Amino acid sequence: MSMAIRAGLAALAAALAFSVHAQEAPDALVKRVSQDVLETIKSDPKIQSGDQARIREVMESKLAPNFDFERMTALAMGRNWRQATPEQQKRLTSEFKTLLVRTYSGALTQYRDQKIDYKPLRADPNANDVIVRTEVIRQGQPPVQIDYGMEKKDGAWKAYDVVVGGVSLVTNYRDEFSEQVRGGGIDGLIKTLATKNGGGAK
Amino acid sequence: MRIGERRLIAGRLTAVAASAAMLAACATTGPASPADPFEPWNRGMYEVHQVVDGHIVKPAVQAYVDYTPKPIQQTIRNFFGNIDDLVSAITGLMSGKMELAGHDLGRVIINTLFGIGGLIDVASDGGIPKGDWDFGLAFGTWGFPQGPYLFVPLLGPTTVRDGTGLVVRAYTGPVGYLPDVPTRNILYGIGAVDLRAEALQSESVIDQAALDRYTFIRRAYLQRRQYLLYEGKVPPEKEDQQ
Repeated sequence: MSMAIRAGLAALAAALAFSVHAQEAPDALVKRVSQDVLETIKSDPKIQSGDQARIREVMESKLAPNFDFERMTALAMGRNWRQATPEQQKRLTSEFKTLLVRTYSGALTQYRDQKIDYKPLRADPNANDVIVRTEVIRQGQPPVQIDYGMEKKDGAWKAYDVVVGGVSLVTNYRDEFSEQVRGGGIDGLIKTLATKNGGGAK
Repeated sequence: MRIGERRLIAGRLTAVAASAAMLAACATTGPASPADPFEPWNRGMYEVHQVVDGHIVKPAVQAYVDYTPKPIQQTIRNFFGNIDDLVSAITGLMSGKMELAGHDLGRVIINTLFGIGGLIDVASDGGIPKGDWDFGLAFGTWGFPQGPYLFVPLLGPTTVRDGTGLVVRAYTGPVGYLPDVPTRNILYGIGAVDLRAEALQSESVIDQAALDRYTFIRRAYLQRRQYLLYEGKVPPEKEDQQ
């Protein structure tokens, strides 16, 4: 298929779509959302003064909807995921989401005018699972690669993994999670997560 | 987040500690992670590290970061970076990575000649990429597995393979050839401070993220080294690995 036809079809599809974002390519999505979040961080006076609650609010509204937290939790759980009841899976997902959002918020407060280089997407246009590569350029320091594992689900792309300099923020939890499960079962893990999040488990 | 080779500044001491660790840990039982058969011993060393680092090293390094002018910090980083580039060029060559070795050799020549002996990183401004290769990675390309994970106080996370690389580096590094012992030791000291300073930033993120810092650091270290060895093209991991 020639580029022109493909571009034409894409435009048509976009026009017909319920939502423009549903048809957005995964790399375009990563770029739009990152720029949006980084712009907000730079321009929001509350965030600039270190207001953690405000940062979390931004993360919740702008970032979180683009992540598949259930898949992330399943990946971090490994084989223990299937041992969990649907109720336990729900609680695990919710606690893990809170933990991840807080971690990102903390990492983002260190953001100081770094530039992000968005790499061209090298994937089959029909692929449903791609890696979007970006690089954070830092003054006087080596760049940091940040890759997003993304999957298309019900027409929309969502990230299920974030890999910073080769370290997956999701699978990095696998040892810790299995350690917790070995020690106190799945409920033990839920409790540890809840305590870490400051919720106090019941 | 370069998991650096300069940690060997403490290397001569820690080489001894590492071998002691391996001997002692042989006696312990019940490893949970196949990569970390000496976990009980390593956790003990981790606790020692936490105390020494938390009470002495980290406050000193924080003071260095807060009160030393930024250009001086950058100059110091460049100086040691230039030595790292030389090691990267040599180990890159050992691994048959000609392009990487060529870039790093070019960096060393340019920075040494035109950057006042490596004080200014002219090569980076010229866009020559830094290879960041080391002995541990060279051994990896020769087919040596990581071997057991080791946590060494002051040095941090390593493995038998990477630790051996650090020891080799400690005995061959250019600073070691300086005839004047006090100058040499001062250089080692500054290098160690600079290296620790680099790690300060990621620390608060680890504190926020980790359920168990020891396990978190271990996994991150092993993932990172694997990633470096395969230059970003790590063979996919099995979903279930236990």
